[in-house]
Amino acid sequence: MSDAGTFGEYGGRYVPEPLQEPLADLADAFDEAIEDDEFREDLDFLLEHFGGRPTPVFHAGTLSERYGAEIYLKHEDLLHGGAHKLNNTLGQALLAKRMGKDRLIAETGAGQHGTATAMVGALLDMPTQVYMGTTDIGRQEMNVFRMRLMGAEVTEVTRGSAGLAEAVDAALEDFAADFEDTHYLVGSAVGPDPFPRMVREFQSVIGREAREQIQELHGELPDACVACVGGGSNAIGLFHAFADDDVAFYGAEPGGEGPDSNRHSAPLSGSGSAESEPQQFQGMRTEVIDEGTENHSVSAGLDYPAVGPEHAAMAELGRAEYHAITDDEALEAFRELAESEGIIPALEPSHAIALAKRLADEHDTLLVNLCGRGDKDMATAAELFDLT
Amino acid sequence: MSAIREAFVDEPAFVPYLAVGDPNAEASIEYIEALCRGGADVIELGLPFSEPIAEGPTIQGAVVRSLEGGMTPAKFFETVSRLDVDVPLVCMTYYNLIHRFGDRDGPKPFVERAAEVGINGFVVPDLPAEEAGPLRDVCDEYGLDLIFIVAPTTRGERLERIMARVSGYAYVQARLGVTGARANVSTQTTASLDRLADWDIPKAVGFGIKTGEHAREVVAAGADGVIVGSALVDLIAEGGEAGDSVGEVADRLEAKARELKQGALEGRGTETSAGTGTEAEAEPRARPERK
Ligand SMILES: Cc1ncc(COP(=O)(O)O)c(C=O)c1O
Repeated sequence: MSDAGTFGEYGGRYVPEPLQEPLADLADAFDEAIEDDEFREDLDFLLEHFGGRPTPVFHAGTLSERYGAEIYLKHEDLLHGGAHKLNNTLGQALLAKRMGKDRLIAETGAGQHGTATAMVGALLDMPTQVYMGTTDIGRQEMNVFRMRLMGAEVTEVTRGSAGLAEAVDAALEDFAADFEDTHYLVGSAVGPDPFPRMVREFQSVIGREAREQIQELHGELPDACVACVGGGSNAIGLFHAFADDDVAFYGAEPGGEGPDSNRHSAPLSGSGSAESEPQQFQGMRTEVIDEGTENHSVSAGLDYPAVGPEHAAMAELGRAEYHAITDDEALEAFRELAESEGIIPALEPSHAIALAKRLADEHDTLLVNLCGRGDKDMATAAELFDLT
Repeated sequence: MSAIREAFVDEPAFVPYLAVGDPNAEASIEYIEALCRGGADVIELGLPFSEPIAEGPTIQGAVVRSLEGGMTPAKFFETVSRLDVDVPLVCMTYYNLIHRFGDRDGPKPFVERAAEVGINGFVVPDLPAEEAGPLRDVCDEYGLDLIFIVAPTTRGERLERIMARVSGYAYVQARLGVTGARANVSTQTTASLDRLADWDIPKAVGFGIKTGEHAREVVAAGADGVIVGSALVDLIAEGGEAGDSVGEVADRLEAKARELKQGALEGRGTETSAGTGTEAEAEPRARPERK
């Protein structure tokens, strides 16, 4: 395996033998495509005209006063589909087409990635099948309807805890049986090589734009970038362009009922994270929540028991810090952003907002990835905040 | 020559798989003994792991039943130590369990314990040959075999890398996809056997073999053995659902084993396989050479 597939001791391609060759082919095709101007132009064109890029950076004035630091929001919630997911699905779907594949499969948790895959499936006329756990189908019904309306087939995954991790397993099995015609469009910076670096590449448009935009608005770089981390795609997408800058990185992990409770999805900041050993999980070597912990977050897009290998490596190196944000803190930030700015964030980036609030004492200027809008979470909010 | 390799010398080998602890350790012992009576030449013993990424629904079901029954690596070894069979045993499991066993990091404690209870080799589906150096070294230290899967997609350099590390037999995956009993024997099998024809190592074909007729076809196509998992696991699952006794299920497994072994024998006709090489015990197992 090439070094490109590993991040320190993390990453790699730990998949059964039949998938080794197809993934090597995918890696080659990806390396070639991103060097090709025509591929880049096609992707940029669709990102602009279909996706609505560039998305703005907004100075959240009232929230800044409330929290006591300058808070800038990268508006990925304004990307077509309502989350950062389309950056990745457009990139991978164009790559799949280029490789001669005619079918897309995907896993989804919150349904945002599934929806973004269904969008490109419809756009590029590729049959699309999305694997989704029963638990998530229940709490993200709107996204199921959206996917079906755009012609995707939504396949319910009932095994195990019937969540995102099981949906990944089901998609991997489908891919193993049918990779000649099918591209498995992985939705976060996780899984075997080349997915973590490929997803980073397609998401890094977020940071490239934001780096320019904040300098225009604020006159200089921010002190820190803050993003929520499920698998870690929106976070790595924001951080990457600032890798060589003197800018701190903070990842907000889903702390569920508390990092020391046994219900969270925070492998880098939750209970046991300090002494844990990397594991092989879903094709990568990475950090995973310990066995006694139940995978849980109020946000369906964050309750993944592992984390992308590059984040595990950045935590180890100290290049980025990861903090557990509880369900309650995220919900509070959700409400505060809605009230102070007239912006309803998704529950996922509400974790990042909450972390920015905590960091306001330490840093003057914070750039937060507002990676999705909250429409999908209205049912949860209506219930919790008694809005009915 | 290792006991595993020896099992392929005289006639085509029948290699059953089952998940130890499905539905409990006592039943597994009975089932393994029944498979031996039915003609098993090598047995693959699955040590269940909660994330079995290469397995189809049938074997996942077995894994879940075994884990729900409380199976752990320590119990697995304890169960294997109580087996009274004289065929070589292969432990099939995932690398996390091997790597994290015992008080020291790395594969050594696991391999040491496996050797102690009489295990002769390993198959680790999620460990690519490129990453298998440490496990291969420890296997050599204890004189155990390390078997690798060769898929329809394994060619060229990857095949060479696998051949540099494999010993015992090559597990030829008959078709793409996950494990599971299916109706027909794939043409991908023939292509894989052709690619391996130049290598001096027994070729055992698995994935989708369900009947004596399949076993016959696969051996006739040039395989040195057949690996059968899902078709046997199905019998265990069905017996469990119907509330049948362990003895009844064991009888069915024995009969199925006979059918599969018989099929394999018929596939061979009169030929015998070309197993070569002699080594003392606890020597590093010889890697295959190109013929
Ligand atoms: C809005 C939103 N943000 C974040 C995530 C988490 O993914 P990642 O950590 O890859 O950015 C999701 C996943 O569905 C999401 O929908």
